[in-house]
Amino acid sequence: MNFDFLTKYYSFFIQGTKFTVFIAFFSVILGIIFGTILSLMRISNNKILKVVSTSYIEFMRGTPLLVQLFIIYYGLDFSNLIGGSFGDIASGIVTLSLNSAAYVAEIIRSGIQSVDKGQMEAARSLGMTYKMAMRYVIYPQAFKNILPALVNEFIVVIKESSIVSIIGIHELMYNADTVRGVTFRPFEPLIIAAIIYFILTTSLSRLLGNLERRLKLSD
Amino acid sequence: MIEVKKLNKRFKNLHVLKDVDLKVQKGEVVVIIGPSGSGKSTLLRCLNLLEVPESGDVIFEGIKINDKDVDINKIRQKMGMVFQSFNLFPNMTVLENITISPIKLKKKPTEEANRTALDLLRRVGLGDKANYYPSKLSGGQKQRVAIARALAMEPDVMLFDEPTSALDPEMVKEVLTVMKELAYDGMTMVIVTHEMNFAKEVGDRIIFMDGGKIVEEGSPDDIFTSPKSERLREFLSHF
Repeated sequence: MNFDFLTKYYSFFIQGTKFTVFIAFFSVILGIIFGTILSLMRISNNKILKVVSTSYIEFMRGTPLLVQLFIIYYGLDFSNLIGGSFGDIASGIVTLSLNSAAYVAEIIRSGIQSVDKGQMEAARSLGMTYKMAMRYVIYPQAFKNILPALVNEFIVVIKESSIVSIIGIHELMYNADTVRGVTFRPFEPLIIAAIIYFILTTSLSRLLGNLERRLKLSD
Repeated sequence: MIEVKKLNKRFKNLHVLKDVDLKVQKGEVVVIIGPSGSGKSTLLRCLNLLEVPESGDVIFEGIKINDKDVDINKIRQKMGMVFQSFNLFPNMTVLENITISPIKLKKKPTEEANRTALDLLRRVGLGDKANYYPSKLSGGQKQRVAIARALAMEPDVMLFDEPTSALDPEMVKEVLTVMKELAYDGMTMVIVTHEMNFAKEVGDRIIFMDGGKIVEEGSPDDIFTSPKSERLREFLSHF
């Protein structure tokens, strides 16, 4: 093992990490927004909304991310629509967030449904409307159920964002591979990339783990 | 105060309530007894429309509440309910559990709601637990908080759905004591229970249900010392 190449090429990893964090961050945010909408559609009483959301979730979870990426990258062709490298990044973020949304929707739905039925009944028996019961009683409890799984989903998005290197986005994986190519070292650049991914994911789970513990106070 | 006429309720193919009629007067304590699956909890839950009856009328203070254009949320504010599994809100302290509905629904100022809540907590013997979370309380304490929570809305009637069934024997008493005091204070109460001694002592009228029907009703004396129907005699022989 020889990591001497780092003195010359370290900026590739820094740039790549920045890009990875950027892509993952926006994918997660958009994924949560879209996932929340999907989950609300899924638990709603409107049959059409329910079917649309359920089929979407099933489809996204049942097809490979890479296929989805290519469909969006080549099929929707953001690079032509909004131009060049920004279009590529958009394809990447859109794919990751559309994919993540399906998982987030399931996490939120099961979080809401795992709140004991008696809670809704008790709230309604006091005279609260359905909306109030959701807001004051169900959502706060669901949020606690949802958080650990959601953290897990963030981590998955960070890791899976490496797949967008395939469409030429200069994130961590792409840059690590570039360094591999120019240095002719097969191992070390990729090991550095792996370590950076690992640091990103573990520090995220620590950070959010703390938040979780603070929320657990009432248990 | 409450009148039920020809009430029917089905779960899928199971006919749980068959043409049930019931009247509850103001200040009366009505205790519903009967074997499991006799429909007594369903009947109680139909009174505040937690279960929506299929046919029949539920009339509360002169209003047919199972009408489409009745605002059931307003009605429910006047009907407190206590559940077998307590159903306290675990995300709120004891005090918040009690004050949330007066504050949000009756727009009571927080100060006033807190004062009332503390009074109620003292009344159920839990004045020192206001800032605890429900998870720190025993079953009996939880149920007493649940009673206080229902009372905080100043209901005209209290519905109890097997309030002591999930409790250890030594905690049953503390809950029943609170309920007794409520009854002696003149609260209108409808209670589904398996506590026969309690029914005998506190009930003004006992209703015995079986197979989705009211089989027999009468004063505690009638029901417990001279039961008429064979089914009721058989049921009481288990206690």
